[in-house]
Amino acid sequence: MTKINIIATATEADGGVAARHHGFIRMVLRRFLRHRLAVAGAVVVVLLCASALFANLLAPHDPTFLDTRHRFLAPFQDMGFLLGTDELGRDTLSRLLYGGRVSLAVGLVAMLTTIVSGLLIGLTAGYYGGWIDDLLMRFVDTMLCFPQVFLLLVVAAFVPPTLISISLIIGLTSWMEVARIVRGEMLYLKEQDFVQAARALGAGGARIMFRELLPNAIAPVLVAATLKVATAVLMESYISYLGYGIQPPLASWGNMLTNAQGYFDTVPYLAILPGALITLAVMSFNFLGDGLRDALDPRLKMD
Amino acid sequence: MAADVRPLLQVEDLKIQFRVPDGILPAVDGIGYRLDRGETLGLVGESGSGKSVSSLALLRLLESPPAEIRSGRVLFQGRDLLQVPEREISDLRGRSISMIFQEPMTSLNPVMTVGFQIDEALMRHFGWPRREARQRSLELLTLVGIPSPQRNIDSYPHELSGGMRQRVMIALALSCEPKILVADEPTTALDVTIQAQILELMVGLQEKFGTSILLITHDLAVIAETAHRVAVMYAGRIVEAAPVATIFGEPRHPYTQGLLNSIPRIHRERLDALAEIAGGVPDLTRLPPGCAFAPRCPRADAHCRRERPEPMTVGSDHVVSCWKASDA
Ligand SMILES: Nc1ncnc2c1ncn2[C@@H]1O[C@H](COP(=O)(O)OP(=O)(O)OP(=O)(O)O)[C@@H](O)[C@H]1O
Ligand SMILES: [Mg+2]
Repeated sequence: MTKINIIATATEADGGVAARHHGFIRMVLRRFLRHRLAVAGAVVVVLLCASALFANLLAPHDPTFLDTRHRFLAPFQDMGFLLGTDELGRDTLSRLLYGGRVSLAVGLVAMLTTIVSGLLIGLTAGYYGGWIDDLLMRFVDTMLCFPQVFLLLVVAAFVPPTLISISLIIGLTSWMEVARIVRGEMLYLKEQDFVQAARALGAGGARIMFRELLPNAIAPVLVAATLKVATAVLMESYISYLGYGIQPPLASWGNMLTNAQGYFDTVPYLAILPGALITLAVMSFNFLGDGLRDALDPRLKMD
Repeated sequence: MAADVRPLLQVEDLKIQFRVPDGILPAVDGIGYRLDRGETLGLVGESGSGKSVSSLALLRLLESPPAEIRSGRVLFQGRDLLQVPEREISDLRGRSISMIFQEPMTSLNPVMTVGFQIDEALMRHFGWPRREARQRSLELLTLVGIPSPQRNIDSYPHELSGGMRQRVMIALALSCEPKILVADEPTTALDVTIQAQILELMVGLQEKFGTSILLITHDLAVIAETAHRVAVMYAGRIVEAAPVATIFGEPRHPYTQGLLNSIPRIHRERLDALAEIAGGVPDLTRLPPGCAFAPRCPRADAHCRRERPEPMTVGSDHVVSCWKASDA
């Protein structure tokens, strides 16, 4: 008459518990390992991070040392400068290693800033709804009205460019997307039966938000996080190009690329090498994020 | 009626409405009932009669807006739950009154192991450390008949069948040994053999813990097997309430009689497939002035259509809201 309830037929006898029980970590790992590109991405990310971390041990030269006798060396031309030298005779390999340290650090700190702010705003807006949601989402819209580079430059004009300040500026101008993703997840999740059930068992607002809902939103947040590392690395090179980034002589992939633009027609590898590393890092983080999304989502069918 | 002890739960004149685009929808229109210690009260009625809404209101779980509690008292051990401060009500939820829902597939958090979810409830209400909670969770899972509980305590909900998940829900709901368990169609989503097992489990645990159960269902067979007393709801009102034997033996309300007549024919079918009572559930936003059942009632007359019948006692612990009940 009004509501037709289809009585669900159990697909398995009631004694039947899933065939085998897997530890969560093992399940995630197994799923992740099946994703070839993600594994490749993870390997590259680990290698890049390790080389950045141990740059001081790996680098054959001081990255800021000027060796004017060896300028514009091509890669493999002189085994003392494996990847060649730049216009001031600085060793490219050493600069790439130290530059990676700076670029990845900017990427990570900016990502953390983005995620924390995006999460807090998205969670609050999505969970409480009503005028709180309206207010926060209008704020997001307002922030999105301005191109990120414009925001970056405005703030950068007032703040001296250091690694931390640049990371924070990038982070604080790119959280809106994460906030929207999290809010969307919250809107969906808070209507789920288990939220009602948790409330019926005495869980309160904050507990439901952080313990019941947040873990369910981890997959999209993780994907966003890895993407954000990638975009922050790009952003850093972008603002370096405009002169507000990491200041020379300290190397970052971004300012190496900027620096190389004057010689692009004559010594292209000066641009190609940092460019290739930026691309490699961006792609690897993206693949890693993709793989994690698939592996972490327990709502996906078990195999 | 039961003048000897104060009832565990006494609901009085509960009125709940929703603001909908069409106007005001009086989903629950002045219901009252009591639930005694250790008993099962069956709440039956067609879809949309207000069973879920009225029971969610007990623990103030209705989202407001759109829901609005217009009047009433929910006296739990003499205390009106509708007046208790918000912080205290969440202490009562799960601790004094607990709920299980229809959909075992979605009522558990998909990203936490079942053991973890029970631990959390115990830690929250009793302030136990995780180790102690874990010990109790294991006992509870054993108690509700989860096979190899040692292993399955670390299962995620999707690794368990529907029946198993409902067992986990029961373990979860009873973990803090509440006085009252509100079970909103706990077996509707399960297939028939498993329904019986779950009901048996609930009855067993009720005896063990002395829990009172408010059992919401469409299924009169479920009522016959488990309830001690029954309240029949129609269009937001309780039209008849009596001990189970009276309801099945001498029903006085034409609606109850219609429900019962439909049983032999379509045994164990849902009430919404009811063939005996012509017509459908009325639109609650446009209820007639008199008895809400009058348009479908074979015995309705002008009086019924004009004036709403109030509950009247027609026998021992037997209350009916029908003008025709006394001359039946
Ligand atoms: N959030 C809501 N907004 C508007 N109306 C609602 C809302 N929730 C419930 N209602 C209305 O309240 C009435 C009672 O609903 P309720 O869910 O209590 O019915 P029920 O007896 O539990 O039915 P069922 O057997 O289908 O579960 C229905 O008419 C329903 O449409
Ligand atoms: Mg219902």
